[in-house]
Amino acid sequence: MTMLASDISLHLSGFDLLRHISLEVEAGKVTAIVGPNGAGKSSLLKVLTGDMSPTKGDVYLNNRLLNQWQLLEKAQMLAMLPQHTLLNFPFTADEVVGLGRIPHQTGNAKDTQIIAEALELVDASYLQRRFYTQMSGGEKQRVQLARVLAQIWQPSCLGEQFLVLDEPTSAFDLSHQKLTLDIVRQLAQKGVGVVMVLHDLNLAARCADNLVVINSGVIAAQGSPEDVLTEPLIDKVFGVKSIITEHPITKRPLVIT
Amino acid sequence: MRHLSAGRLIAILVILLPVVALLSMTVGTVSISWIDTLHAVFGSSSSTQIDTILFDIRLPRILLAIFVGAVLATTGAVMQGLFRNPLADPSLIGVSSGASVGASLMIVTAGGFIQGGALVGLSLVSVGAFVGGFTATLLVYRLATSGMGTSVTTMLLAGIAIGALAGALNSLLSYFSDNDMLRQISLWQMGNLSGASWLKVTIMGLVAMLLMGLFPRDSKALNALLLGESEARHLGVNVQRVKRRLIVLTALGVGVSVAVAGLVGFVGLIMPHIVRLMIGPDHRWLIPASGLAGAILLVVADSLARIVVIPAELPTGIVTAILGAPFFVALLLQQRKDV
Repeated sequence: MTMLASDISLHLSGFDLLRHISLEVEAGKVTAIVGPNGAGKSSLLKVLTGDMSPTKGDVYLNNRLLNQWQLLEKAQMLAMLPQHTLLNFPFTADEVVGLGRIPHQTGNAKDTQIIAEALELVDASYLQRRFYTQMSGGEKQRVQLARVLAQIWQPSCLGEQFLVLDEPTSAFDLSHQKLTLDIVRQLAQKGVGVVMVLHDLNLAARCADNLVVINSGVIAAQGSPEDVLTEPLIDKVFGVKSIITEHPITKRPLVIT
Repeated sequence: MRHLSAGRLIAILVILLPVVALLSMTVGTVSISWIDTLHAVFGSSSSTQIDTILFDIRLPRILLAIFVGAVLATTGAVMQGLFRNPLADPSLIGVSSGASVGASLMIVTAGGFIQGGALVGLSLVSVGAFVGGFTATLLVYRLATSGMGTSVTTMLLAGIAIGALAGALNSLLSYFSDNDMLRQISLWQMGNLSGASWLKVTIMGLVAMLLMGLFPRDSKALNALLLGESEARHLGVNVQRVKRRLIVLTALGVGVSVAVAGLVGFVGLIMPHIVRLMIGPDHRWLIPASGLAGAILLVVADSLARIVVIPAELPTGIVTAILGAPFFVALLLQQRKDV
């Protein structure tokens, strides 16, 4: 069971944002999308999650066309964390995380337990009763992460679950960046398919099973980080000279610029 | 930290509303004692005169205040959620300005009929106000809806444009009206419950029940919408359908309120805001609590309107603002201290 983009193109007000992209996100695997600013990473996520319809091509979720799922069914299988969420109302952290339980009918007691566990997982238990509007950027982002985790906390009977993250680590310090990647790996082990846009190539190399490089709306390369990350590719896509070596401990590729 | 749990606030308001309503029965140009009021309500009354005052004049007026207050405050809460803006109110979607034009048009063109109480007790002004308000909202909604869905930002701008146009039409109508009409127009715009009748109470009551019955269905969707439309969709909310439903219900509710009571300002904007400061933005509690609080505010305001300048009366809308604004300022100051 997968999330599948089959030959999609996105054409918006005179611009080709995406051209002939085919991408398979497998359940239980971590897919990282990297690329320069404006390459079409966020557009690709919007098409994958149904926020935008592709001009050409189809998106499938668990072998069914994405838009043939009911919104509620889709929400039980697919959670999406945007780059920024603007929330101006004074919800407390546990209320924000509780919004992730809206698609489910699991009852109050179960939801309360899931909310507490999700907050604990993202190291935000101490925020539980604090107002979202008074938190720092990193705290807000962790609470939002807990919200999408709570949304797919339990397996769905409808199909495999997927988590889509748009630059989840951008507001985080080092320890929370690592925490996020650990959470993502854990989810993959539980069978969730994870897609995320990352800017840090080394973070991507460390946690991705499948690394997708996007440049000017097309896929420049995809495969295992070892195969994809080469000095000529980084020069071509990012215009930056680099040295690629091996991380002494994780044995993953390490990009030095 | 919040000072009050949602359940406790609602319990307090549920107890307070009948107390305030009963108290309101006793006040007015003719003062009727507590004892007589309770006797009349829960048993047999001593005099038919008291019965007439209580049940033909004051009771419909109080019930109207309860329903109008509840509808204005709940629709305010819903609009603030839908527009993701704590300063939104029902007038943003053009319903008040449209109603104003409708009412003024009726006053200017059909002034003679009004005194006669045409249309079985529901004056032409009421009908004009409702039609005007509903039409303006539909216009704003259509302007903001394209193949991509309804843009809340465009709706806000369209509401401002339609509001400006309506304001100009209103001024034009005022310019061409004589002194008597001018006075009627401005009195209507101040909002007044003195025209209460059992017919108006029945209509307003049915509308209030409809809204109270249907709004809770969408309160979780409204909570999700506070995160943003795309986020709400990812939580399984059919955003376009929820938006359309809530806007139509709001236009209906506010349209009928304006038709029976004129422009009672302040309740729709400030009551949800005050309640939110106390119990937070969760619409499952915010909507019913705002409704109760709005009802109480309007009953209190209307009671004061009846007694501050005995034997005359003040328009209710003036009193709601005079009462609510200082309370709101106090809450804001307290919130600033807490942060």
